[in-house]
Amino acid sequence: MHRSPADAPRTAPEPPHPAIPPARQPGLWDLFLACSRVGLSGFGGVLPLLRHFLVEERRLMSGADFNALLGLCQFLPGSNVVNLAVCVGARFHGARGAVVATTGLLLGPFLVMMALATAYGVWGHLAVVQDMLRGVAAAGAGLLFATALKMARNVPERWIYLPFAALILVALVILRLPLPPLMLALLGMTGLIAYRRARRAARLATTADTDS
Amino acid sequence: MALLADLFLQFSILTVVAFGGITAMLPELHRLVVEQRQWMDDTTFAHLFAIAQAAPGPNLLVVSLIGWKVAGIPGAIAATLAISLPMSLVIFFLYRHWERFRDAPWREAIQTGVAPLAVGLVCASGWLIGASAGLDLRGILLTLACTGLMLARGWHPLWYIGAGAAAGALGLV
Repeated sequence: MHRSPADAPRTAPEPPHPAIPPARQPGLWDLFLACSRVGLSGFGGVLPLLRHFLVEERRLMSGADFNALLGLCQFLPGSNVVNLAVCVGARFHGARGAVVATTGLLLGPFLVMMALATAYGVWGHLAVVQDMLRGVAAAGAGLLFATALKMARNVPERWIYLPFAALILVALVILRLPLPPLMLALLGMTGLIAYRRARRAARLATTADTDS
Repeated sequence: MALLADLFLQFSILTVVAFGGITAMLPELHRLVVEQRQWMDDTTFAHLFAIAQAAPGPNLLVVSLIGWKVAGIPGAIAATLAISLPMSLVIFFLYRHWERFRDAPWREAIQTGVAPLAVGLVCASGWLIGASAGLDLRGILLTLACTGLMLARGWHPLWYIGAGAAAGALGLV
């Protein structure tokens, strides 16, 4: 849920790393352990931990490199931490690295989930467990709304774009439309608006340049 | 086996339109597993979300729990693979060429276009979780209090999760 631009790692000025010396390349096992640690210690936000490990602790890539990869991973659909693990693993060890990094990231938390699922299977019917989970769901819903509002603050030209947020909300919650066609249709509209506005801004900028 | 294949296929389709991350996909997951396939009821869906919230790890793992509820451990594995594999393959073949697209106007247009839709989707996620959990007035007040405090103070999410669990155990919501 914490993928709003507000939470994105900041670009800090960093010492240049022109090339990664071979000695700094992590081994496959190293990569697995690092990703496991990141996955298991991430409560509500794995990205900052991954950045800390790669950029600050081990200096495997520069902050700018990390931000470029993150840009791709947030741009594409799917889970952006999994996408990022694929990029990072592939960068050091090709396909094997991608598999190892992703498995490392997901395996530990997956096992924890299965343990919790089993416990839920055994004790889930108890009234006190149901009450606690309802309380957590209420709090979790609150965190989701907070995330949405933070993301809304970062939307540029809100008067143009936020009506589309309302539109997709109504379509999903009230009309219960299936998401895939809805997403493609609305993204087509917002993307086209953004494209045309950027083109017009660029044209105005060049006219202003030739005028002066 | 047919159930596992259905689960895998549906979740694979879902992940390809998961612009805005997995959290933004909760409404579609809900529509699919509760309303359309009727693999579980509203309450169970809200419970699984709550468990995932309280556990460590990337938030896509809520789908592992959903898969587990549908078809046990094989279901959990199928669901997790379905959510992570398709885009992993795409990104594996794409990441080397990314630099070339970075400043392309269509890329920026899509990124600008996705942002407001993600806002609506995450909002819908919050709404559906609240509705599935069957919150009464006190539950809604807790939700709003968490929203307000998170925006105003920004404490670590675990505090809110813990407070929610405590409020539930004490019979306050």
